[in-house]
Amino acid sequence: MSQPFYVAPEQVMKDRADYARKGIARGRALVAIRYADGIAIVAENPSETLRKVSEIYDRIAFAGVGKYNEFDQLRVAGIRAADLKGFQYSRDDVDARSLANQYAQILGNIFTHEMKPLEVEILVAEVGIEPAGDQMFHILYDGTVMDQRDVAVLGGDADAISERLRDSFEPDLDLAAAVRLGVAALAGPDRELPNTELEVAALERRNGRRCFRRVADVEIPQILS
Amino acid sequence: MPFFEPGDDPGSSFPELLRRLGMGPDRSTAGAVDVPHATTCVALRYADGVVMAGDRRATSGNLISHRSMEKVVQADRYSGVAIAGAAGPAMEMIRLFQLQLEHYEKVEGTTLSLEGKANQLSMMVRGNLPAAMQGMVVVPLFAGWDQRREVGRLFAYDVTGGRYEEREYIATGSGSLHAGTVIKVGFRTGMSRDEAIDLAVRSIWEAADADSATGGPDVLRGIYPIVATVTADGWTPVDDDELAPKFETIASELRAR
Repeated sequence: MSQPFYVAPEQVMKDRADYARKGIARGRALVAIRYADGIAIVAENPSETLRKVSEIYDRIAFAGVGKYNEFDQLRVAGIRAADLKGFQYSRDDVDARSLANQYAQILGNIFTHEMKPLEVEILVAEVGIEPAGDQMFHILYDGTVMDQRDVAVLGGDADAISERLRDSFEPDLDLAAAVRLGVAALAGPDRELPNTELEVAALERRNGRRCFRRVADVEIPQILS
Repeated sequence: MPFFEPGDDPGSSFPELLRRLGMGPDRSTAGAVDVPHATTCVALRYADGVVMAGDRRATSGNLISHRSMEKVVQADRYSGVAIAGAAGPAMEMIRLFQLQLEHYEKVEGTTLSLEGKANQLSMMVRGNLPAAMQGMVVVPLFAGWDQRREVGRLFAYDVTGGRYEEREYIATGSGSLHAGTVIKVGFRTGMSRDEAIDLAVRSIWEAADADSATGGPDVLRGIYPIVATVTADGWTPVDDDELAPKFETIASELRAR
């Protein structure tokens, strides 16, 4: 009887992490930036129909980078979990932290137990009633959760982009300024991003019950000018 | 967090998701129960869309159980739903219906067509049939702005989930005969917003005047029927400040007779 070769657990984990990181690095990045009245999310996305950023609940948005079918499955699971919780208890009881923890459990489980880890990084953002209540959770392919305050960067080339963002971020920007900042950080010094390759959405603190708003393609040139 | 195999996925249906998780409606009750009932609601078409109106009373037999019930509610941005019948199941159905429209919109990334929404409600009413056999009848009205055809549309239902689109007006509940007759007599095609609201308000007044289960304007407590319009701009409730003088006009006309 043939026995499988022994592979050290450290090696298994390292191989899986490398595999996931490579998959994510191939995709394009997105940034989320807190501004005075909410959270702006700017993604580099050449598709007009397949979305990276979407609404989960009244004050919660989801964004994902990496393999589309994998983060889309997570997006739908998040909407289901949020709608179920709001139906069973109250709309006020649905929060980003609990969703982020559930996502972390799933990603962590798949990373350790399945053959192939998910090649995704996701962001769960919640806009508070007051600015102090804003929350952003950045969750990695292995289930690591990072709680981020002002800016979050997901996807390939994240280090360079976050460095650019950190240098130019200021608190209490308006939406247009936040979007411009995000686009500049995504593009970097050597390249210009065409408007058609941008996907922009915002969680607006005072947008009524449902805070999520997609910034339409026709609005983007106005904001950037 | 709920996950499903691709072949077993409930898709964008929230009620189906509830069933998969064993949280669907309970069908095991037997025998009739006496529950509060909600009554008269109407909807009619006018030049810019539709007007919906409903009284605020819920009754248990001869007793008034609630004075400020909201049976005409916004379903989503471009539609509203009004419900007459057993108050508990009716409110639950409205809640589930609102949630389903939003759930679909978020999962699919696009809203249901008005016809799709009307059919969805039809399925929910049909699902309530076993409860209706025990006296918990729920009969909704559905009205909204059809963004594809750019017209206001009205849908009436029966207990079995039968769906009937009407061109002029619809009415449901114990006072529907009186309210419907008022609208039938006063209806003209292409009325203005003001005329349509006047007619809706008068229909509720007449229903309240002749049907003990329908509540009129409660000036003492400042509770007025709920009236709202649905147009290309979406759902817009009509303020009590605008309704109060309209009821006052009707009252003074009656005093002068």
